[in-house]
Amino acid sequence: MIPAVFEYYRPKDMAGVLSLLEEHGDDARVMAGGHSLIPLMKLRMADVPHLIDLQDVGGLSGIDIGSDSIRIGAMVTQSDIIDHAGLASAAPILREAALQIADPQVRYMGTVGGNVANGDPGNDMPGLMQCLNATFAVIGPDGERDIPAREFYEAAYMTAREDEEVLTAVTIPLPRGGYAYEKQKRKIGDYATAAAAVQIVRDGDTCASASIAMTNLSDTPIYSEEAGTALVGTSVDDAALKAAATAMLGDIDPTEDNRGPVAFKNHVAGVILRRAIERAWSRA
Amino acid sequence: MKDDVTSREERVENLKGMGCSRKRVEDARFTQGKGNYVDDVKLDGMLFGDFVRSPYAHARITSIDTAAALKVPGVLAVLTAADLEPLGLHWMPTLAGDKQMVLADGKVLFQGQEVAFVVAEDRYAAADGIEAVDVVYEELPVLVNPFEALNSDVVLREDLVAEDGSLPDGAHGPRKHHNHIFTWEAGDKAPTEEVIANADIVAEEEMYYHRTHPCPLETCGSVASMDKVNGKLTLWGTFQAPHAIRTIVSLISGLEEHNIRVISPDIGGGFGNKVGAYPGYVCSVVASIVTGKPVKWIEDRMDNLMTTAFARDYWMKGRISATKEGKITGLHCHVTADHGGFDACADPTKFPAGFMNICTGSYDIPTAFLEVDGVYTNKAPGGVSYRCSFRVTEAVYFIERMIEVLAIKLNMDAAELRRINFIRKDQFPYTAALGWEYDSGDYHTAWDKALKTVDYDGLRAEQAQRVEDFKAGKTRKLMGIGLSFFTEIVGAGPVKNCDILGLGMFDSCEIRIHPTGSAIARLGTISQGQGHATTFAQILASEIGLPADSITIEEGDTDTAPYGLGTYGSRSTPVAGAATAMAGRKIRAKAQMIAAYLLEVHDDDVTFDVDRFVVKGAPERFKTMKEIAFAAYNQAIPGLEPGLEAVSYYDPPNMTYPFGAYVCVMDIDVDTGVPEIRRFYALDDCGTRINPMIIEGQVHGGLTEALAVALGQEIAYDDMGNCKTGTLMDFFLPTAWEVPNYETDYTVTPSPHHPIGAKGVGESPHVGGVPCFSNAVQDAFRAFGNTHTNMPHDHWRIWKTANELGLHG
Repeated sequence: MIPAVFEYYRPKDMAGVLSLLEEHGDDARVMAGGHSLIPLMKLRMADVPHLIDLQDVGGLSGIDIGSDSIRIGAMVTQSDIIDHAGLASAAPILREAALQIADPQVRYMGTVGGNVANGDPGNDMPGLMQCLNATFAVIGPDGERDIPAREFYEAAYMTAREDEEVLTAVTIPLPRGGYAYEKQKRKIGDYATAAAAVQIVRDGDTCASASIAMTNLSDTPIYSEEAGTALVGTSVDDAALKAAATAMLGDIDPTEDNRGPVAFKNHVAGVILRRAIERAWSRA
Repeated sequence: MKDDVTSREERVENLKGMGCSRKRVEDARFTQGKGNYVDDVKLDGMLFGDFVRSPYAHARITSIDTAAALKVPGVLAVLTAADLEPLGLHWMPTLAGDKQMVLADGKVLFQGQEVAFVVAEDRYAAADGIEAVDVVYEELPVLVNPFEALNSDVVLREDLVAEDGSLPDGAHGPRKHHNHIFTWEAGDKAPTEEVIANADIVAEEEMYYHRTHPCPLETCGSVASMDKVNGKLTLWGTFQAPHAIRTIVSLISGLEEHNIRVISPDIGGGFGNKVGAYPGYVCSVVASIVTGKPVKWIEDRMDNLMTTAFARDYWMKGRISATKEGKITGLHCHVTADHGGFDACADPTKFPAGFMNICTGSYDIPTAFLEVDGVYTNKAPGGVSYRCSFRVTEAVYFIERMIEVLAIKLNMDAAELRRINFIRKDQFPYTAALGWEYDSGDYHTAWDKALKTVDYDGLRAEQAQRVEDFKAGKTRKLMGIGLSFFTEIVGAGPVKNCDILGLGMFDSCEIRIHPTGSAIARLGTISQGQGHATTFAQILASEIGLPADSITIEEGDTDTAPYGLGTYGSRSTPVAGAATAMAGRKIRAKAQMIAAYLLEVHDDDVTFDVDRFVVKGAPERFKTMKEIAFAAYNQAIPGLEPGLEAVSYYDPPNMTYPFGAYVCVMDIDVDTGVPEIRRFYALDDCGTRINPMIIEGQVHGGLTEALAVALGQEIAYDDMGNCKTGTLMDFFLPTAWEVPNYETDYTVTPSPHHPIGAKGVGESPHVGGVPCFSNAVQDAFRAFGNTHTNMPHDHWRIWKTANELGLHG
């Protein structure tokens, strides 16, 4: 559990970060809270000769709640999310999800940016951000660009971010309606056996819109557009719940691990999604 | 006349003796980060050693090239089996009479096996050196299942096959196959078969008690320092039995035992993990001898989980017979025991399956037979008693499951079935069919108290309603009521039948009373969190009349402590606690003579009263123990040597037999497999209670480890022998979040042969807890046809049970 030799950098600004990335290319990685990257380095599963710590780079820790969107800096921690009163009312699903990530010690260190940028299928924030239709801002040698969360994830640890780019912020359209982040895990600190993020808008007795994403049930988070569509226009009755689950099951592709075999995961994914929708609908 | 203003009650209170919840004296340093663990030992010029470990479960080693590693800055040496062979240290004896490679000698038998030892200036350089060692492996067929191993042509241990292909006897007699280790029997085979063949009712079940692992917060480690000038070796380590380690080191290294000093400093939990001798200990010693410098070895968490001391891994097959009315008539148990690549089980020498023959449990079973076959596989060695006496969790799990299976077969309430088969109070001392003499017990009283407290009948009524509601589609949660009644066998043990490597399993205490009336007592045991410094001082306080706060308890340094066999198997209180009381009584006997001299009366005319000797019939005439202590050092008393010291080596006449009654109420989400523990009630009878607060803490800890094992904690391998549970992500270590509230209760049935009647408690909750949690899960599905499913009951396995019973529609 001791990493290979690496150089450690702590640049004072983003220009310093970008120049180090340009200089070292593939051999460099940026680190936010370090709670995904450092364990991989200690297991010598990630070889990072040049480690760039972002904590002295200013301007990455803000939470700004605008009239139609929320901007969260990449260095905002899970703990910051949980403690932010404005967020709790503007986007309560963020707090509900963050409380289900790891444990308090990890949440003091783990950041939103690191969680979404690393591309670990076990992380909770990527699926959540897909549900919320977030946009990730990245900066690189050619300037800034925005990447929709729903187009960001390509495979486990593979994302649309280029090696020389740094994820700086997450922007979320102000969520509307009812919400739920439902997660089954074996114990505190575990990744999800199955987790579902649901945001749902009600119009009278019918569902006006619904957004659904699943965590740790494929090598990427899964935004299931069809699952959401299956609810729209319905009264979110048993038939609609079944249709949403069926659509979602068509989109996920879980693999067997110590949490259980594929059949179990598919079953639990359906149960968790149903519970998430029911809770979100009850809050809509 | 003395100025004696304190009442007798106040004097008793001041002593903080037995029966009071004295605060733990250890906690001041532990809660302030001032503990001194092995990794806190830092010596001038100390080096750090760590292992190159095998990625394969079974492979031949073609070559080991250390040249590149030796060029890594800071790396000083790389030891391989070839370097240890001239010293005769490339293999070492195990506690089970087998031998084990210290470093891979031509092949490896499990993933993570120690292949080479890199010695470097610090642990970072050692880690880089490990990466640079080039080992060429030739993979061999892997055997991870003991039944396959017994039918395989693949020979795991060529060293145990003669050149002509024959199989020499093992340490425990003839071997049936080249991957077979031993067969061990207890009880009467033919009568048992006959009883079962002619019985009204026979219930049969096969159960696998999965492999798991004790998981102390502190991993194993050692620091060896060979002083070449005076020829003395000092070895600090995570040793649950420091004296035994000293003797083993002497026997295998050739160093004279007086030149070896073994020190167990503070130990961060043991649970059996730190009983055995590990290659790391040997390599740190050899590396210190080779380099002339102190060498430290500390496991990381993955090393600990994957290589040192697994527990359990018993495949058990049972048959239990009864009359139609439910009176048990016979029990048959066969175990296929997976011991991994080397038989390194930590059991008394004559008991290769530990005390598995306590498997008749708390029941009056007239006829029984047990047969255990030990088997080699490509898994890590170990076989330790994880928070239990030797294999007692396996035995109790077996019988408490068999009782449930029999209850199903009889269509009878499992609590009632237990009640009508308990050994009655008037039957003690009771000799069981498999040989043990149970010293004492009052099972019916404990059982009735437990069932009444939890309103057992009410729970069953609620459960029946829940089943109806479930069938009617009103709920998706089932309710399980887990019952367990256990009898432990602890306090190993009588020297006549208990030894480890020929060392009798007595224990010891040496007391020195200082002139001013304080004292130090040293014992052959070693606390790993049990609170010995607190509780042994309480025993002494009550025995010698000096306040516990004035008594220092010291353990773990073989240069100062009397010889003892260490702490595991709940043996400290039954054996060393008895030695403490007996040594205290020697002190008291001499104190009586001093008091009589000072009071100018005959020895028999004074009597001990709390903290003093009083002249019979004249309570105003007395000498306090404090006064007596001073007199021992400043008075020339005719016929008495000066000083006030005593030592006792206690060879227990029998084991002690703590017991308990546990009830768990659990709700199970049929759709996700998630169990929720609503209530857990634990009644323990550990005989005389020394410190109720510490007992409660022990019960909470043991139950939590029981919950872990029953509900998810396992060491699992894939078909290639890869360990799938090498980190705490996959190895379940419960936190406060997963743990329910525990209700504790007790009865007191003192041990008749122990000087203070104490029986030991640290392991009871684990032993009784595992079947209780498991029975709760299984009981939830009883109404739907479940008889038995194997642990661990993690979410997917519970879900699978529900799924196979057709509960998912």
